[in-house]
Amino acid sequence: MESGAPLFRMEGISKRYGGVRALENAELSVRAGAIHAVLGENGAGKSTLIKIMAGVVAPDDGRMTLDGKPVEFASPAAANAAGIVSVFQELSLIPELSVADNIIISNPPTRFGMIDRRAQRRLAEEALARAGAEDIHPLALVKDLPLSRKQIVEIAKALARKPRILILDEATSALTAADVSKVFAVLKRLRAEGLALLYISHRMNEIAELADDCTVFRNGSKVASYAAGTRSDTEVIQMMIGREYHSVYPPKPDQPLQAESVLQAQSLSWADRLHDISFSLHAGEIVGLGGLDGQGQRDLLLALFGVLRGLRGRVLVDGRPVRIASPAQARQLGIGMALIPEDRKTEGLMLPMTVRENLSLASLDRLTRAGVIDSAKEDDIIDRVMTLLAIKAGNIDAPVAALSGGNQQKVVIAKWLMRQPRILLLNDPTRGIDVGTKQEIYQLLRRLADEGAAILYYSTDYAELIGCCDRVLVLYDGTVKRELIGADITEHALIASALNIHPAVPTHQEPAQ
Amino acid sequence: MKDWQYRLAEHRGTLTALSIFVVMFIIYTANHPAGFTANVVQTAANKGVLLALVAMAQTMVVITAGIDLSVGMIFLLTNCLASWLVVGSPLETAVGVVIVLAVGALCGAINGAIVIYGRLQPIVATIATGAVYFGIALLLRPFPGGSVNEVLADALTGRIFSVVPASLVVLAAVIALIWVPFSRSVYGRAAYAAGSSETAAYMSGMPIRRGKLLAYALSGLVAGIGGLFLTFFTYTGDAALASGNAYTLFSIAAVVLGGVSLFGGKGSAIGAVFGALAFRTIGDLLFVFDFDPLWQPLFQGLILLAAVSLGALALFRVRNRLESFQ
Repeated sequence: MESGAPLFRMEGISKRYGGVRALENAELSVRAGAIHAVLGENGAGKSTLIKIMAGVVAPDDGRMTLDGKPVEFASPAAANAAGIVSVFQELSLIPELSVADNIIISNPPTRFGMIDRRAQRRLAEEALARAGAEDIHPLALVKDLPLSRKQIVEIAKALARKPRILILDEATSALTAADVSKVFAVLKRLRAEGLALLYISHRMNEIAELADDCTVFRNGSKVASYAAGTRSDTEVIQMMIGREYHSVYPPKPDQPLQAESVLQAQSLSWADRLHDISFSLHAGEIVGLGGLDGQGQRDLLLALFGVLRGLRGRVLVDGRPVRIASPAQARQLGIGMALIPEDRKTEGLMLPMTVRENLSLASLDRLTRAGVIDSAKEDDIIDRVMTLLAIKAGNIDAPVAALSGGNQQKVVIAKWLMRQPRILLLNDPTRGIDVGTKQEIYQLLRRLADEGAAILYYSTDYAELIGCCDRVLVLYDGTVKRELIGADITEHALIASALNIHPAVPTHQEPAQ
Repeated sequence: MKDWQYRLAEHRGTLTALSIFVVMFIIYTANHPAGFTANVVQTAANKGVLLALVAMAQTMVVITAGIDLSVGMIFLLTNCLASWLVVGSPLETAVGVVIVLAVGALCGAINGAIVIYGRLQPIVATIATGAVYFGIALLLRPFPGGSVNEVLADALTGRIFSVVPASLVVLAAVIALIWVPFSRSVYGRAAYAAGSSETAAYMSGMPIRRGKLLAYALSGLVAGIGGLFLTFFTYTGDAALASGNAYTLFSIAAVVLGGVSLFGGKGSAIGAVFGALAFRTIGDLLFVFDFDPLWQPLFQGLILLAAVSLGALALFRVRNRLESFQ
């Protein structure tokens, strides 16, 4: 892999976001005519590295060279001009425009100042053909395409810019198996044409098939670079793990209790996102949802909470089948469900409204008498949850936006605890809050479980799943791939099952999903 | 799917508005005492063209996911200005027309600059600027009055070859010379893209700001053409608050009838033009059926409600309920 000078090099790259270190003295070198895989856990710094390469984010420190000459990119457009083009994980397509419009968007052919539609059509068709997607009609609107086709259009759009270095960040995460093999054929052809490809994926089997070189990142730094095929999957996973974590978690009950099941899901399927999910949730236990981000965990929580239309399968509460058609029904007495949403700023809180108003929003039906809010009752119950969660708010009549992130998150949780839910669904509730608050939330969850609540807990942080959960359901591609119980919940097992591989066996066995 | 099916889908909103208009207009002329004559068409055209121009101006802002509540006031301001300037010799008249149109474009550009660079919400920004524009119009014409070059006015509001209403020809020319080049230019596409997904447009390196600014400026220009025409029809300038407000609100109704999405990124000014003509025909219909004028606003509202409801049908197909809030 040392043949020839590298086409592109990054050295000593550091980047901080506020106080959080995203990259520390990171390095990477990419050669032409090869596919370079970058591996690492969620939060290892891969995305930041790519954003720096693509000109989206400026590094605090470090240097980059292209063809041996130092370069700096002030914007994505500057990186594009230098021949570095990125296919982002978040789609950058414009939904209301056609496929052809999107592919040619940054540099459309013009005649007399107007976009030359015929030339545009031709260029778009060429780009689609290069991406192996002749079947996508150039006049189709992007919003009407399924996700996997959008992803292909995104690749075609990148190819239309004639890149020298093409970055694919989780570019296959939304693709169907048939599309993946097409994309692989395209990538191999591009490699033969002499492009440098940087490939980020969590799917080990894809990396085994494609990559020439591999680099593993952990905690914002490079751990190792090696030629593909020289390390076993087990070794690779070992390199990706290695983060120390302190015991911030409350002790778990020794024996799994044999309580009756409160919530049961039977063969839940929805659109093309959830496939045949069944599980049961018992009073007093915390069940984790694991797996890579975006494998259907959020959809599952929304499905249970009555947000999704056209859900197939059955949901049973206390053994009785129920139809939950809205969050308003989900929170009703016989069901008693609560969902702590993922994004507190948009789905959890009304930021300009006061702490008091936010807290009582979800339980107004219980605090009112003849339609008028009983403020004595409200104060009483607010006092109780404020003490229970130790919410630090100077004044409960101040806007909730004035609180710190951790306290805001506590308000979101408290707002639902005011209803004393029996089934608590949490969607990554500790994202972006400080360690102290996290610890308080872990203890609170355990206490709620001890008091008899059934908790379904999705977290993108494996350490939390290990520390908090009695059982973990690992989702992959919208279905439960594995259930880990008690002592089986290890980082190793979580990562391996999230990647849908079996690390005991050195080579991959599952076909691409 | 074939090419033509995609094209059909792309223009569905416009074609729907066209069909609504055609059906209404046929019913109208069939029941009109005089029938389908050049006179009837000319009167209808002259009434419809004003709202059509204002609706076109509104569309340009709406596709950027904005809304222009000052459009009726730009229309009034340019009307009052024209009643001072578009008079005298052919040269003086021409200079007057240029100034009036330039002022229209300037008003639009000011709206755009406030929204884009001042980062104010379009609805608030244009309420404020609309009040300013109306204030200036009122200073120009505290009382209705003034005059206009009547030769030009009669030529542009009369008939060509005594058949085709001249105002329709002007409307078609405005579409051909302003809307079509804009919508097919890089800036026009940037305006659409910004309305559809500003983040994605930014990540794709599009000239969002210039695209939006151009959209606002052209919107002002087209509203100015509308103001000029108002002067040609009435021979006077009149800063009538009620009329300005009505045009603003009707233009929004026309835009929706024309299949333009208020969320931005979708629709065509041509659709809005048919939307405006259809909206005007609703009023005329009630007239030929001899409705008590007292009932007209009520029925006009009901018909409008039914027409715009057609656009909301798609919501029944949403599968993730959170998406229906977006």
